[in-house]
Amino acid sequence: MALLEVKNLSISFGGLRAVDSFEISIQKGQLYGLIGPNGAGKTTIFNMLTGVYKPDSGIIQLDGKDITGKKTIDINKAGVARTFQNIRLFKEQSVLDNVKVGLHNSYPYSALASVLRLPKYYKAEKEMNEKARELLKVFGLEDKENYLASNLPYGAQRKLEIARALATNPKLLLLDEPAAGMNPNETKELMETIRFVRDEFDMTILLIEHDMKLVSGICEELTVLNFGQVLAQGKTKDVLNDPKVITAYLGE
Amino acid sequence: MSFIAYLINGISLGSVYAIIALGYTMVYGIAKMLNFAHGDVIMIGCYVVFTMTSGLQFNPLLSVLISVVVCTVLGIVVEKVAYKPLRKASPLAVLITAIGVSYLLQNIALLVFGADTKSFSSIITLPALKLAGGKLSISSVAIVTVVTCVIIMAGLMLFIKKTKAGRAMLAVSEDKDAAQLMGVNVNGTISLTFAIGSGLAAIAGVLLCSAYPTLTPYIGSMPGIKAFTAAVFGGIGSIPGAFIGGIVLGIIEVLGRAYISSQLSDAIVFAVLIIVLLVKPTGILGKPIHEKV
Amino acid sequence: MKKMFDKNNTKKATRDSFVTYGIVILVFIIVQVMVGTGSMSSLMQGLLVPLCIYSIAAIGLNLCVGYLGELSLGHAGFMCVGAFSSAFFTKYMVDTGMNESLRFVLAIIIGTLTAALFGFLIGIPVLRLQGDYLAIVTLAFGEIIKNVMNVLYVGKDSKGLHFSVSDASALKMEEEGKMIINGPKGITGTPHQASFVIGIILILVSLIIVYNLVNSRTGRAVMAIRDNRIAAESVGIPVTKFKLMAFTISAAIAGIAGVLYAHNLSTLTALPANFGYNMSIMLLVFVVLGGMGSFRGSMIAAVLLTMLPEVLRGLSDYRMLIYAIVLIAMMLFNWAPKSIEWRQRHSLKGLFSKKTKEVQ
Repeated sequence: MALLEVKNLSISFGGLRAVDSFEISIQKGQLYGLIGPNGAGKTTIFNMLTGVYKPDSGIIQLDGKDITGKKTIDINKAGVARTFQNIRLFKEQSVLDNVKVGLHNSYPYSALASVLRLPKYYKAEKEMNEKARELLKVFGLEDKENYLASNLPYGAQRKLEIARALATNPKLLLLDEPAAGMNPNETKELMETIRFVRDEFDMTILLIEHDMKLVSGICEELTVLNFGQVLAQGKTKDVLNDPKVITAYLGE
Repeated sequence: MSFIAYLINGISLGSVYAIIALGYTMVYGIAKMLNFAHGDVIMIGCYVVFTMTSGLQFNPLLSVLISVVVCTVLGIVVEKVAYKPLRKASPLAVLITAIGVSYLLQNIALLVFGADTKSFSSIITLPALKLAGGKLSISSVAIVTVVTCVIIMAGLMLFIKKTKAGRAMLAVSEDKDAAQLMGVNVNGTISLTFAIGSGLAAIAGVLLCSAYPTLTPYIGSMPGIKAFTAAVFGGIGSIPGAFIGGIVLGIIEVLGRAYISSQLSDAIVFAVLIIVLLVKPTGILGKPIHEKV
Repeated sequence: MKKMFDKNNTKKATRDSFVTYGIVILVFIIVQVMVGTGSMSSLMQGLLVPLCIYSIAAIGLNLCVGYLGELSLGHAGFMCVGAFSSAFFTKYMVDTGMNESLRFVLAIIIGTLTAALFGFLIGIPVLRLQGDYLAIVTLAFGEIIKNVMNVLYVGKDSKGLHFSVSDASALKMEEEGKMIINGPKGITGTPHQASFVIGIILILVSLIIVYNLVNSRTGRAVMAIRDNRIAAESVGIPVTKFKLMAFTISAAIAGIAGVLYAHNLSTLTALPANFGYNMSIMLLVFVVLGGMGSFRGSMIAAVLLTMLPEVLRGLSDYRMLIYAIVLIAMMLFNWAPKSIEWRQRHSLKGLFSKKTKEVQ
């Protein structure tokens, strides 16, 4: 059974069909890429997968469970986490706290326990600190834990966002243009990090990207989206050599 | 008094609120700030007219003109000194500064004119209009108020659509930086907005005081709040919205005072606002704000 | 690049809060010494409880504005609710022979919980609205609460309680019946149980509540919602629940201030001056000037700005004018980008937080 099974997913905005009959099937542990020209509808699909938009039609199944049209936080609880095209960090909080917010549902304790500083509070905070630091270490951010998130360099901010998403203990990680704004060295580092995350955390990763080096470097399978419709799907090499795909990117 | 009479009063009061609300909504739409001191500019306008007519025995129309000029200049000066330096700061900072300006204006008036209530002799001395065979009498103040409001509304809409300065205002309200890159004089446009808003406030003040002829340094405060409510009710940033909001608010206030309770008339107005916003969260004519994900 | 050598983030925040507690206790000691040695004017002594009241209210509002990130222009309404509900309870129980201290403690609890209830009920519809719309609706609620209190008539007699919203005679009470809330005349004869000691204790209680809340999972969730609601949702934070929680607690603390207010006067009335939007706005000024997110700052601003008009009494005619000018000047000095630049270049250390790499 595929981890993510999407069939016939469509959405229109004010008469304009943004995504039309989108289908995808991602196996557990895959590194999958969603590519296509700007405005093709890739982020819209992410938004539907994470409950930001409600699709007009179609089915989204995660690990056999139907998550179509559900609310964002329920989808996250079901096991989907994401990063955003325009990095959405908690700018006024520290690096460590950003990750700890991701751990919110993993170490619950009540507001009352907070106010009365019950033992449960201290225990949970200690465990959260440890777990958060572990995650920061994966991304090489552990010595910046007290930095204000907005003061991190751009590449580090992207990594922090991924760390926060991982903190929610997902089954499926959606990365929206993780390499945007990175130079070739940073991109190379990111590629290694993504592979590491997949291997270490047994993670399934679907990413949107424009950087072809990254796409061809780590993605095992691709779906190409054009004008909201699937143009090509399959193994990376085959898709990238597909004449239809080449035309769509380069024009006639 | 009959229902129609109350209705007319309500429309008249509402027209005053609408004119004040126009100032709020324009400044909000273009300078993206809530000018809490707007209500107090009205008060200043009233005092100027009062001083001119009662003290210096000037011609009433001339007094109004002078008041408009004074308020316009006041608006421009306040913007340049207190608001412009904070244009790039947090909106909350500008709000608090506006509150400071409001206190300042109130206390200057207090110092200069004292706290005692002045009696404002109406400058509108036309006879009342009698309709329906003498049974219905519409005061001249009410007529002048409503007519003035409609003229101002229409004038403003034409100004925005047809003149270069007006279109510049529209551009700045949609995207300040893009407008600047297109060669629009943003500073000048914002100053113009405050100028127009403040000038209108002076006119609103004259009309308000003609209808309710007691003058204290604090008379601008509550109408300011109510007009602000009207602007939000109609959809902040929308000129027709300010008009509708003002009129509706005025009608509700007068009818509420007449038929339910004079104590609770304010509460009723606010309650209606709450109900409307719950149904239409951005006001009657307001545009919903979409966040891009 | 300054680095923290103390690796534990929580410890730093705890230290910061203890500094604040320390300041409060220190001020308490100094004041008691001054009062004891007679070196404090009766004017200042009369201000002591009000300073506590406004500090607590400002702390409560800061939770809403600084941490939740929502502008409330109606917090005076919650003070009003806390004041009237607690005074009502006190007046009702005054002849029942209940122990006075117990009665006061219960009054505090009742006032706080009632304010919390109103915060909850108002929060449900209000927190759905965006920014400025939310602000105007909170102002509207504040005004409604104040107005309604003015037309409320409640009396007690041997048959129980009587309510009316028209006038006292509509209550149809017995001869020996007692008016508790008398419409615009409010509640009279509330025993003067507020004191500086109680005020300080309540400040500390409020601070403990907010600091412990903010430095916890709840606080992080609330701040996450403030900083980026969509991202907060994407990591599984139930937005409405935490918004409501923060707003309710913020209202409850304003209620505590209201209780203190009610028991500091023998007559409690709902006037524009004490529970109207002017008061709400004043609280907002305290919060913004003191630094959003800094409870210590809110307290200091509340104290300084409340004392300022009194201190300027010598210049009585001009004092409010000076107050206004000081306010505008302080705002421009602290918030104008050009001013911030100038200050950074001349590295002035202000009361207000600097922008550094580290979390303040």
